[in-house]
Amino acid sequence: MSDAGVIHDIGYQRYEGPRLGRTAVFGAIYQHGLRASFGLGRSAKAKIFPWLVAGIVLLVAVINAAVKAQANIVLFDYFSFDDTMSWLVIFFVAIVAPELVSRDMRSGVLPLYFSRPLRAFDYIGAKFAALATAVFLLLGVPQLIMFLGGAFTTKKGASGVWNEFLDLLPGWGYSVLWAVLFASISLLVASITGKRAFAAGGIVAVFLMTTPVVGVLSILPSSTSQHLAGLASPMSLLAGVQGWLRGQNSMDLDIGDFGVIYGIELFCLVAAAMLLLLARYRKVASL
Amino acid sequence: MTIIATQSLTKTYGGGVTALSELTVDVEAGVIGLVGANGAGKSTFIKIMLGLTAPTSGDVRVFGLDPVTETDQVRARVGYMPENDCLPPDVSAAEFVTHLGRLSGLPRTAARERASEALRHVGLYEERYRQIGGYSTGMKQRVKLAQALVHDPDLLLLDEPTNGLDPAGRDAMLNLVHRIGNEFGISVVVCSHLLGEVERICDSLIAIEGGRLLRADRISAMTAASDVLAVEVSEGTDELAEALAQLQLTVSREGRLLLVPLSAESDYDAVVRAVAELDLPLHRLDQRRHRVAELFTAKEKADV
Repeated sequence: MSDAGVIHDIGYQRYEGPRLGRTAVFGAIYQHGLRASFGLGRSAKAKIFPWLVAGIVLLVAVINAAVKAQANIVLFDYFSFDDTMSWLVIFFVAIVAPELVSRDMRSGVLPLYFSRPLRAFDYIGAKFAALATAVFLLLGVPQLIMFLGGAFTTKKGASGVWNEFLDLLPGWGYSVLWAVLFASISLLVASITGKRAFAAGGIVAVFLMTTPVVGVLSILPSSTSQHLAGLASPMSLLAGVQGWLRGQNSMDLDIGDFGVIYGIELFCLVAAAMLLLLARYRKVASL
Repeated sequence: MTIIATQSLTKTYGGGVTALSELTVDVEAGVIGLVGANGAGKSTFIKIMLGLTAPTSGDVRVFGLDPVTETDQVRARVGYMPENDCLPPDVSAAEFVTHLGRLSGLPRTAARERASEALRHVGLYEERYRQIGGYSTGMKQRVKLAQALVHDPDLLLLDEPTNGLDPAGRDAMLNLVHRIGNEFGISVVVCSHLLGEVERICDSLIAIEGGRLLRADRISAMTAASDVLAVEVSEGTDELAEALAQLQLTVSREGRLLLVPLSAESDYDAVVRAVAELDLPLHRLDQRRHRVAELFTAKEKADV
């Protein structure tokens, strides 16, 4: 503590400058959250895990691009890349979502937030946007690298680059769906507890425990249950949505004619998670 | 200038717990002490002023604004320092206060400037780039105060700012609050259950108990009547009580102590003289540091 006897007397200056509205506050939380997702502005320890995951994902993309360029073997396309990386995405959100919300709860900082001109919606909306952006970057940047690899080695000139780009766009769209679904579910789980380890464990559990259910449903003798099996787990749900929108999917999931149900469930799941989060933070915001 | 005005403000929580009942008070600018025992309704009052919870009935105005409908305008002009721990351990004070400044709507550069200003005013300068987790309790309290100051509010709501501080830290914090109220031109509401520390720095005092307003007055009017001298003699307590009663002093007993309210300055000397004349072995003679509880019991007796 600095000595109380030291006289700092430059006098107090009143602030006459502009005061921005809720949009700017939303932006501030979003930016802060996105930086925190990758440990920026935090200790070195907080950077290890996000960058480890990002490093592996990037490495896979680079290898994929290199193999494709050299040997013309396609390890993954843009869609199966997301599916293959699902474990890493799960671990990424399991670390980052608690970092974004459990940490605020743990340190008791929320009263300071909610005594300022912002609402539960701003808080949770900005955190969600930040995590979704982080997950999208995690998948989208490697996809971009794959695209660059393909674009620079194409033998068909501009049309080859354009075709590659037309492959990339839906791949990015698929990554956006991943980002939205994973961000909403993991934030909801993380908002339940202030203990980071519990939150991380809970998130991993929610995503991984559902996979065996898909396995069980898909070997039942009813074809309807086989077609709907993918609904049980977030990863196969996304593959199902891909199958619905694209007519084929990268997980060999047979969804029959039920594609639209996958779409509806995705929408409802994200909406429900956001509404529950909002309800939770309405309560927290009133202290 | 009236900064806070309430009109029969009532807050009942679900389950029939009444936190505030029919509170009517007008608060002038300055340093205001809000005193009451734990559970008296201080925190509820603060939450209502911040628009965090709506009153069940009655009316409240902060700077003439209604916190329920004009929440953002009120919060832009009010800084709040909570009682509990509210600091993340793994960021530096400078970064934390800057972030909260931005959440109050300051542009990025302004937030950074104001954050270092606020930290300087609370007496943290070199340390502000260190992680908060390594701070002492006193430094943490200062960071909490700085984040309440960062957006240049017109009113500060401080919930138990001296909580957990040692006597030196307590004094430093109280001096700081006094300076903010008198030199910075910011009104301050200080919540406390220690009347002794509040009366040193406050211009006026609001005492609440069980959600009801006990007294709201200038500090001078309030403490003059409640100064009490405690006298303890090892023998002859009765004789002394009699002697003091003859001197027109009201004497009450509390265990082995005699409590004499001091209404004039000469009373103190009169008590000392009475003890000397009776030649009693004096054990203790002390002017009481009032705790709110005493003020309350005195008032309640008067009510009966």
